[in-house]
Amino acid sequence: MTAAGQAAPAVDAIISIRSIAKTYASGFRALGRIDLDIRRGELFALLGPNGAGKTTLISIICGIVTPSSGTVLVDGHDTVTDYRATRSLIGLVPQELTTDAFESVWNTVAFSRRLFGKAANPAHIEKVLKDLSLWDKKDSKVMTLSGGMKRRLLIAKALSHEPRILFLDEPTAGVDVTLRAGMWDLVQSLRAFGVTIILTTHYLEEAEEMADRIGVIDKGSIILVEDKAALMRKLGRKQLTLHLAQPLGAIPAALAPYHLDLANHGADLIYSYDDKGQRGSIADLLRSLTELGIEFKDLHTTQSSLEEIFVSLVGGAR
Amino acid sequence: MNRHALAAIYRFEMARWRRTLAQSVISPVLATSLYFVVFGSALGPRIPVIDGVAYGAFIVPGLILLSVLTQSVSNASFGIYFPRFTGTIYELLSAPVSYLEIVLSYAGAAATKSIILGLIMLATAAFFVPLRIEHPLWMLAFLVLTAVTFSLLGFILGIWADGFEQLQLVPLLIITPLGFLGGAFYSIDMLPPLWRGISLANPVVYLISGFRWSFYGQADVALAISLAMNLVFLAVFVAIIAWIFRTGYRLKT
Repeated sequence: MTAAGQAAPAVDAIISIRSIAKTYASGFRALGRIDLDIRRGELFALLGPNGAGKTTLISIICGIVTPSSGTVLVDGHDTVTDYRATRSLIGLVPQELTTDAFESVWNTVAFSRRLFGKAANPAHIEKVLKDLSLWDKKDSKVMTLSGGMKRRLLIAKALSHEPRILFLDEPTAGVDVTLRAGMWDLVQSLRAFGVTIILTTHYLEEAEEMADRIGVIDKGSIILVEDKAALMRKLGRKQLTLHLAQPLGAIPAALAPYHLDLANHGADLIYSYDDKGQRGSIADLLRSLTELGIEFKDLHTTQSSLEEIFVSLVGGAR
Repeated sequence: MNRHALAAIYRFEMARWRRTLAQSVISPVLATSLYFVVFGSALGPRIPVIDGVAYGAFIVPGLILLSVLTQSVSNASFGIYFPRFTGTIYELLSAPVSYLEIVLSYAGAAATKSIILGLIMLATAAFFVPLRIEHPLWMLAFLVLTAVTFSLLGFILGIWADGFEQLQLVPLLIITPLGFLGGAFYSIDMLPPLWRGISLANPVVYLISGFRWSFYGQADVALAISLAMNLVFLAVFVAIIAWIFRTGYRLKT
């Protein structure tokens, strides 16, 4: 929409979400005024805890849920008034394994292609099924497929009409490791082909490995949108938990520099530290504990799960 | 118009029908044939002729229409309810398909099945009872109109239903009794005046009367009224469907 000569920001948005809000009939406010641009050709990872509004946002863009207010433009077309244009461009892989039962794999994928307004094209269906390792199952009834196969079938259906935008809502849930790798190869090749991909996931590694940009959504609001590299630096936190021999009532003043937390009624001592290993501070902490005579029975370290990180992000933003 | 989608849904629904041929064709045809056998061949000769028509032949139009009614409703309702139940409706809702296309393809497929079923029953009936059809074009017109109208009702039912139970209850508790009391087995002129008046409140009376007229040239109510009632039902169901799609009732949140 920007004139060619104008020095506008060089962002070519294929999806423009403006002031989208959604309050369900139950009164539940799933989304509050979301603004977000998805760039053409990028792989955008949308992260957030369960119930954050990821699926609602995707459903609004795809036309399954009607927004309470706001507009979404897909490639310049309004998703409500010009839904034929926008939906033809989009392939959606839903989170739930919702498939037909009695149809064959081939038929159900061929059906999707025509449903999205494209003439039958057996060569394309064959390619999609082969890419997703479903070719030898093409004549099987869908109900005979395993969970992982059904997941891939949903992807095949979404790709059947050659979409320019692909939504993957938790695509790797229930898919085993080798197949997951194959799936990501496919996603990478789609992306190389210019397909814009929007992905929601719980797996930090996936977002880390694949995404160009990451958006974090929580309680119906976009908390941040950042390039992956920048975000990864913020997320690399780890935790050391010490199970104490004797519960502590309070953290001794001598340990204040470590910013420790007590949990489990004083039985657990938690130390949050940076991935980069700050000058052997774990060793310092353990030494300090010994000097104070605080004994521990066991210890373990954890990398904060994505959801925990989100919670801390939300807390930090306020 | 998304022709591809229209064709794809229509064919999908017809394929579903072929997969369940035993349940969707053979069983209603067999059930209705039993009536032809019992009332037409076995008991028929002992029952006096009605309006100059042998009893076995008299009941044929009503029974066929009854089956068409029931099958249209249950078939169309199941067609749209099942994707709602399994969740595959997401694909339909996210596809570049207009509401008109959705209704045309689902209700159109259901109506097609009912019409074929009606014709099969007609052919079957000819084996057991002497049939004559005085107004074949009107007969087809009533058959198609009834099939389309009640496929639309089925579509509404499939959108409204919250479980398989409701899906089956409506045909069982509403359509079948109205059909049996709607003059399939008798002319409502044979009833005492009070019951005749009550029967006129039964919408199915008008449908069966018109349909039977196309066979034997005799009707319980004027042909124009039968036709008008058919069209009124059609208009009512179309209006309800238009409302469903405008509000997204039970489809979109």
